[in-house]
Amino acid sequence: MPPEPLVWQIATVSAIRGETERASSFTLSLPAWRPHRAGQHYDVRLTAADGYQAQRSYSIASPPAHTGVVDLTIERIPDGEVSPYFHDVLEVGDLVEVRGPIGGYFVWEPALGGPLLLVAGGSGVVPLMAMIRQRAAAGDTTPTTLLYSARDVDDLIYRDELDALAGDGLRVLPTLTRAHPPGWTGYARRVDEPMLAEVLAALGPDPLVYACGPTLLVETVAAGLVNLGVPPDRVRTERFGPSN
Amino acid sequence: MFDESTLDANAVAGELEVLFAVEMTAVVGKCAHCGNEAAVGTLRAYVNAPGVVLRCSICGEVVIAWAWTPTGGRVDRSGASWLGQPSGAAPSAAAPSEA
Ligand SMILES: Cc1cc2nc3c(=O)[nH]c(=O)nc-3n(C[C@H](O)[C@H](O)[C@H](O)COP(=O)(O)OP(=O)(O)OC[C@H]3O[C@@H](n4cnc5c(N)ncnc54)[C@H](O)[C@@H]3O)c2cc1C
Ligand SMILES: [Zn+2]
Repeated sequence: MPPEPLVWQIATVSAIRGETERASSFTLSLPAWRPHRAGQHYDVRLTAADGYQAQRSYSIASPPAHTGVVDLTIERIPDGEVSPYFHDVLEVGDLVEVRGPIGGYFVWEPALGGPLLLVAGGSGVVPLMAMIRQRAAAGDTTPTTLLYSARDVDDLIYRDELDALAGDGLRVLPTLTRAHPPGWTGYARRVDEPMLAEVLAALGPDPLVYACGPTLLVETVAAGLVNLGVPPDRVRTERFGPSN
Repeated sequence: MFDESTLDANAVAGELEVLFAVEMTAVVGKCAHCGNEAAVGTLRAYVNAPGVVLRCSICGEVVIAWAWTPTGGRVDRSGASWLGQPSGAAPSAAAPSEA
């Protein structure tokens, strides 16, 4: 069974939803939709009138059960080339060139089991949300902890949905790095090794870890987990690159 | 060896799939420099050169590199002793180094 070749196709923006001040979800309708796996991404390509092209990757936020469409959640990077185009220019009904779904390493499905530690920084939560949504849709109860670093409460993408999904073996632990509301009892610093140690101790032995977000955060997590004795082949990473 | 702009091979998984005509990040490879065996998805990606360079996460040497020419892609995989199939049925190559 030869795989279908990965080709560019023209998607239509069928919905846009604000998630936070800086992040929005874009629903794309795909003429050649293919089933995806939680954690995979699409490549997006913009072409200017003079032929100049810019290409970026965006993780799929929606679970595999949503057929015909994918949701991408994109954070607006000021001065960025591609993300501001989504936020400032694209409207419902507009067309955008994409290819996907892409990737087979940074993916999770219930059969892979756990216990699952998901570590996100900023928009790095997007592919992990696809995993959490799939887990919920499948009625799966794999013990799962999401450790999610954001600047402040209002920067937490999917906050209400995560609140609603918590329970049934899912713990959501935000850590707020810049500001936190009065009476905040959660973590309030960048992810570090002691934090990882605490979270792992509560989760149980032999965790399967997915870490995603700015490269520096992912480096910290990967190095911390090695020090804590988690075998490297139980840790999968997706670096988004630098952050300011 | 690795800096802030480092990505994972997953960031260029689309290009890899076009070059090799299969999903490559779950494929297991052996680094010809240090002997590390791991999924291609563990390699670090550098995309700022004219081409793309994938380096071993253990020793930092180049395992796979490619450039696009007017006629298509040209891949140098001499940094890999071998590239194999994902281990077992688990499509995401869980524990690629386990026998
Ligand atoms: C596999 C993969 C999946 C990804 N999935 C998502 C996703 O689901 N949602 C999402 O929003 N992004 C995601 N990204 C990041 C995305 O591909 C772009 O890198 C990001 O949108 C910036 O692109 P840009 O063209 O707007 O900015 P660029 O023009 O590339 O960069 C402009 C400036 O902003 C800096 N910068 C780049 N990224 C960030 C950042 N994240 N935070 C702060 N500063 C930054 C750059 O260093 C540069 O100085 C993913 C990346 C990878 C590799
Ligand atoms: Zn090596």
